[in-house]
Amino acid sequence: MNTSLLKKFAVAALLAGTFFTAQAALKVGDTLPDLASFNLEGKLPDTLKGKIVIVDFWASWCAPCAKSFPVLDELQKKYTDRLVILAVNVDEKKSNMEKFLQKHAVSFTIVRDAEQKLVAVAEPQTMPTSFVLDGTGKVRFLHSGFHGEDTRKEYISEIESLLK
Amino acid sequence: MKIKAFFLLASALLIVGSGCTNVKPWQREHLADYTMRADRDPLGTAQAEHIWFSREEASGGRGVGGGGCGCN
Repeated sequence: MNTSLLKKFAVAALLAGTFFTAQAALKVGDTLPDLASFNLEGKLPDTLKGKIVIVDFWASWCAPCAKSFPVLDELQKKYTDRLVILAVNVDEKKSNMEKFLQKHAVSFTIVRDAEQKLVAVAEPQTMPTSFVLDGTGKVRFLHSGFHGEDTRKEYISEIESLLK
Repeated sequence: MKIKAFFLLASALLIVGSGCTNVKPWQREHLADYTMRADRDPLGTAQAEHIWFSREEASGGRGVGGGGCGCN
């Protein structure tokens, strides 16, 4: 057997594997990309600059997402002018999102990532996942999943620390 | 001849390998559906348990955890 050919093939396969599995997940310290370039459905807030932003990825089929909504709504009402909650829906069907929102009405901003472009960049490891950003748009905290009161307390402590 | 066989094998592996994919957490809508649950039918589960017990003289220990929406 042509050993050098086999080696070349193995190296090429390894490189290809590395390339295709390389992930650019959004993590603490990164800056949120410009949301306007992701063709999101729904109206984005006029400005996020100078405000604490929670970008929450959710779906109608995700039970913990439903539990997180009242808490996020409470936070939005508590920190009205200083906090923007941007909930990014990743449902395939818009009707599923709408049905969910009829059941779980909230006051914060909802947009839909219909093309799943933003979620592919953020690469959340579970549903829901939320990114807490500071006034400059930098990710300061990350929440994987929603764990009831524990997560609520973490949100409050993080928001308070960013407000100082 | 050997090179030809090698490329045939490599092509076969590529074709078979391309059938594997990772389901991302945000793509689990269909997996999270109620109809995907192995225990969605209590009567069916009870019948399967009974058959298992009758055939194997053992009960319990069927199935494994996991699956679903992958939430939290």
